[in-house]
Amino acid sequence: MEKYRFLLSGSGGQGVITMAIILAEAAAIYEDRVAVQSQSYGPEARGGATRSDVILSDSEIYFPKVNQPNVLVALTNEAANKYLGLILPGGLCLFDSELVQPSAKVDFIHYGIPMFRAVKEKFGRTQAYNVCVLGALATITGAVRLESLEKVLNSRFASAHHAANKQALELGAELARPLLA
Amino acid sequence: MSHKTTPDICFVQGNEACVRGALYAGLRFFAGYPITPSTEIAEHLAEQLPRAGGRFIQMEDEIASMCAVCGASLAGAKAMTATSGPGFSLKQEAIGYAVMTEIPCVVVNVQRAGPSTGLATKVAQGDVNQARWGTHGDHSIVVLTASSVQDVFNVTIEAFNIAETYRTPVILLFDEVVGHMREKLVIPPEGEIPVVQRLRTEVKPGVNYHPYLPREDGRLPMSDFGGAHRYNVTGLYHDIWGFPTENPEQVDKLIHHLVDKLENRAEKLALWKEYYVEDAEHLLISYGSSARSARHLVETRRAKGDRIGLLELQTLWPFPAQLVREKTAKAKNIFMVEMNMGQVLAQVKQVVQRPDRVFLVNSMDGQMVTPADIGKIMRVVEGRGF
Repeated sequence: MEKYRFLLSGSGGQGVITMAIILAEAAAIYEDRVAVQSQSYGPEARGGATRSDVILSDSEIYFPKVNQPNVLVALTNEAANKYLGLILPGGLCLFDSELVQPSAKVDFIHYGIPMFRAVKEKFGRTQAYNVCVLGALATITGAVRLESLEKVLNSRFASAHHAANKQALELGAELARPLLA
Repeated sequence: MSHKTTPDICFVQGNEACVRGALYAGLRFFAGYPITPSTEIAEHLAEQLPRAGGRFIQMEDEIASMCAVCGASLAGAKAMTATSGPGFSLKQEAIGYAVMTEIPCVVVNVQRAGPSTGLATKVAQGDVNQARWGTHGDHSIVVLTASSVQDVFNVTIEAFNIAETYRTPVILLFDEVVGHMREKLVIPPEGEIPVVQRLRTEVKPGVNYHPYLPREDGRLPMSDFGGAHRYNVTGLYHDIWGFPTENPEQVDKLIHHLVDKLENRAEKLALWKEYYVEDAEHLLISYGSSARSARHLVETRRAKGDRIGLLELQTLWPFPAQLVREKTAKAKNIFMVEMNMGQVLAQVKQVVQRPDRVFLVNSMDGQMVTPADIGKIMRVVEGRGF
């Protein structure tokens, strides 16, 4: 397996860290891979740039932080501006096309998807936004299976949310598939 | 506890691995006051400890927490507290009390950058000397650390075992990166990792019990305070009854006992890991999260054929002098990788044959020391510039 170095970024409250934990746990527990998740945050609980790093590998991971991601997820302009320059040349960036206008100066493959709007239209609220992003991310990268993500979601959240989470995952996957063609 | 025969596998933070390790070791009392980056330890124990039949108390501050831990342990419960930087400073007096009165307990310090409130959410390893000498007066203490979520679990169990065996406070000196990082944790079935149970006196109720009269093997059997026996406990120098004494002979005997019971076992208490040490020309020494950066560089360079190795210390105090002397004997250059101004470096320099060949690689800016940071210093030492 290719070694994945994810840098997931956005603003506090968007669910960036939860998203990172679910991604890493899906790989570590349900696909028996080596995963490390870490985060960097300031003293504030909401607002500000949030960042979480996830490394997935088939062998032991030593340095747990991501200096040069091969996959960047940016959910705000602030996060995109801060981290776009770090992407490995030829790497991949998933961003929310409604919220982010990335500069095209850097050498990376970018996927802009209006995930925030799609979640709002489908559910009438945005709690499942980060789950939709995960669905798109898994589809674009192939780093983890959707079923593994679903298993983590079902183990971490009350059963009342299982159906909505599954729908949000599939929504992200559906939005991403046409971009791969 | 469950009677499972298969391991429990989960994906958790280092802080939760500490909680799971403490419960595995039989923790029954926790008192603490939340502080970043140790808060998750209190948070998870608030939920899990009562379920395991133990007591969780959030105290009014760190001083009271440490005092409550001393009391609970004397009364018979395996006890722990957890804190960070400023809170660790506040606990020092009661840690000294636990040293003097020989109360088994575990104190977790998930290090953040200091001094003072410093950087509340950022990593550092600046409390190595405070863990050793933070409380006043001559004494010895055990300080353990770890670099992965699995190792946090394992050394936490070891901390309880050492505390109970030698009747001493044991400091678990983790850091923000290890505390907050998530990795897979495998929890073996109960009984697979040995757990030391408290040695209790066989003296019958109503018969005189001497709390500080060692058995032939040097160990001091305990009696749950408030239980079958009446005895005294004091931070003053004391006799076999636990009553204060100024008798020079008794004072001299007690301080030597307190120091010797750990310092004479420094090699037995030494926990470490080593990678390619045998033929290493360049030997890195590190611990905690910075050992991961060191390992990263070592594995990368070994793949290219460089003779480079790593000695990862898990016991910082008593300092494993003999171990470090042996492992460094063949190395041309020694690189101490730590996130402070050279606290373990000073110890290493004292025990190696060529102190002038020991170089510090550190970071002090709240960020993890990186493999590249180590590579740069090595280039300079090798005379190859930056």
